[in-house]
Amino acid sequence: MTAPEVHARLAGVTRVYPATAGHQPVHALGPIDLDLKRGEFFGVVGPSGCGKSTLLEVLAGLQPATAGTVTFEGNRVAGDVPDGIGVVFQEDASFPWLTVWDNTAFGLRRTGVDDTEVRRRVDDALAFMGLKDFARAYPAQLSGGMRQRVCIARTLVLQPRLILLDEPFGALDAQTRLLMGDEVLRLWRRTGATVLLITHALDEAAMLSDRIGAMSARPGRFLDIVETKWPRERESTIVSDPRFGEITGRLWDNLRGESMKSLGYAGMAAE
Amino acid sequence: MTRVGWIRLLVIVLAVGALELACRAGFVDHRVVIAPSEMAAALWRMIAAGQFTGEMTRTFGIVVAAVVIAIVLGFALGLLIHALPRVREALDPFFATYYAVPIFIFYPVLVAIFGLSPVPILLMGVATAIVAMIIATLNGLDRVPRVLTKVARVHRMGAVETALKLKLPAAAPYLFTGVKLATSYGFIGVIASEFILSPAGLGRVISDAYADFNNPRMYALILLLLIVAVVVNTGLHAWDQRWAERRGIRKP
Amino acid sequence: MTATARRTTDTLIILVVILLAWQALHHVVGETALPSPAPTLSYAAHFLFTARFIDNATATLVCFAYALALSYALGLAIGVWMGAHHLSGAVGEPILISLYTLPKITLYPVVLLIFGLALSGRVTFGAMHGVLPVALLTMNAIRNIPPVYLKAARTMHLSKAQTVFSVLLPATLPEVVAGLRIGFTLTLLGVLLAEMFAAKEGLGFLIVNAMQLVQNEEMITVAVVLFAFAAAANALLLWMEHRWFQRT
Repeated sequence: MTAPEVHARLAGVTRVYPATAGHQPVHALGPIDLDLKRGEFFGVVGPSGCGKSTLLEVLAGLQPATAGTVTFEGNRVAGDVPDGIGVVFQEDASFPWLTVWDNTAFGLRRTGVDDTEVRRRVDDALAFMGLKDFARAYPAQLSGGMRQRVCIARTLVLQPRLILLDEPFGALDAQTRLLMGDEVLRLWRRTGATVLLITHALDEAAMLSDRIGAMSARPGRFLDIVETKWPRERESTIVSDPRFGEITGRLWDNLRGESMKSLGYAGMAAE
Repeated sequence: MTRVGWIRLLVIVLAVGALELACRAGFVDHRVVIAPSEMAAALWRMIAAGQFTGEMTRTFGIVVAAVVIAIVLGFALGLLIHALPRVREALDPFFATYYAVPIFIFYPVLVAIFGLSPVPILLMGVATAIVAMIIATLNGLDRVPRVLTKVARVHRMGAVETALKLKLPAAAPYLFTGVKLATSYGFIGVIASEFILSPAGLGRVISDAYADFNNPRMYALILLLLIVAVVVNTGLHAWDQRWAERRGIRKP
Repeated sequence: MTATARRTTDTLIILVVILLAWQALHHVVGETALPSPAPTLSYAAHFLFTARFIDNATATLVCFAYALALSYALGLAIGVWMGAHHLSGAVGEPILISLYTLPKITLYPVVLLIFGLALSGRVTFGAMHGVLPVALLTMNAIRNIPPVYLKAARTMHLSKAQTVFSVLLPATLPEVVAGLRIGFTLTLLGVLLAEMFAAKEGLGFLIVNAMQLVQNEEMITVAVVLFAFAAAANALLLWMEHRWFQRT
């Protein structure tokens, strides 16, 4: 069996926010080296403010890298978001003036796909995300979790080959998050896409990912990349596997000091 | 001052400067607009000579009286209405449309009833200002977080103590917004009434000066009114903002 | 009784209370000062169809229409510019707010000196009142667009035009329309004030003129008609806003 190809690559990528009136330039990220294998589920964990979102945005082409190269399917990523990449943001990006159905169809309609195909894909995505009964509701009538599902559905219909999720379940309670984790895994298996998920929850990363990158405090770099070797057909119940504790423990070993640094416990990291 | 503040100051100075130049160079007819420096000079002479102090006292006196009445009465009514939810619901459409109606149309009616005295002007000022205070009071009392009343009960505080020590301070920033609005509306109510019809007061003197083509006097007094309005409103607004910031309140 | 029925009856009760207060006030101050509701109503039924009323109402309406168009055009332009261009917005906002709280009637003599007693003066004065809320609310609407919408538009490969028309416009519409509604009422106020202070035609002029001629029934009738018009227009605009933008 041939080794899985590299789907996206970050080589020597750094991101420095330029100086603005009254502020110094901020070295937010890097240098980062990462090879995302096609079809893998890659988790990114790290303390607050370490640059996880910046990493995602640079990879997606939403922000330019200050140094280094970003490639997706062999092509340089620069300026625009390449076709084939879908992003689910941390904040609620559902449009309050459209119904759930119209929200989901929004991006797809603009690609010139014909109406029957649009309808098929949207109905399919809504059914898959469990939103069929809410197709005619407005986002304001839904809970936060459901609104995120709408955003995921909207990304799904575009059939992306690389899906980037930026702390999509940040605002949800712990049990809902575990269930949503199952949903993401279903999504991943169904679409066969490469997934990169950012989270601050170690258990979530450990449960969902094939590989997990542990990031340092700002400027974020990968301290370690942990391989979980989980089977593809996994679910949230994997938390009872004995290796789960090992993996989470290894992540925390890497991140404990970094988290204290970013929380301002300057001296304690040295203890 | 911040960079933005300096730019703003520059913009204002340039605008006034441009007007000054245009007047001096003759681009603007001095029978229409006189140079800002002349306006300021005329105002200075007027104040130094003690001219129109009577009118100033009368006008500003009525404004202060109207604003104070509006604030006190508005607050009291707000408290009352807040305690009577059914009355509040019934009054809701009136409050919603109150400032949509040009209430100055009733000023002549007031003059017809009370004659050409300070009374209709005072009433107009109060009428313009009071509803803003009522609405702000209702809003402020609404915003007292429920959890505060629960904390009061855990500490076994009585009703009056809860009201004075918890509810009032919690609602205070919103009440102050009411004060700010009542002040600016009261000012507008009184001045506009004096302009439309009044036996005396700054509004009357300005309209007379206009009718007599006495530009220096007219502009001097307009300048005075504008300065007072801007200083008072800006001061209250800044205070209001600072208060809200300290409390972490985001105002619409 | 359902909640809405109860609320409507309560509001009607308050209206009745106002009418009764009017009647009571009439008894206190006498016929010449304040006519009572009933004769006012019968006077109105006839007066509203006279040339005197219709001509003046048309004059006000024409002036108002021009002033409103000017308010909206200028207000939207200023609002969009200040909303999109951060520095202009930061510099200009306090200036606009100060102008908003100024008693603009103090500037009316200046307007009169510039325009004379012509219609353009009253139109300008009306627009001076309406421009500010339209500009301020439009500016805020643009500033309040959640940045994530723009990021989402980029991930969905929308062109600039598509982003503006299918994302930015609908996102800002509720607040902009609220600004237009407030601009409507303030422009009307400005036009009426101008007519009350110095004009030879219009409903504002009619009220002051009637008072000076001690034609109190006429005065009260016009005032009440204007009041009803403004209240109804505002209620209609509010209802439309609610219908279009209610998403809960």
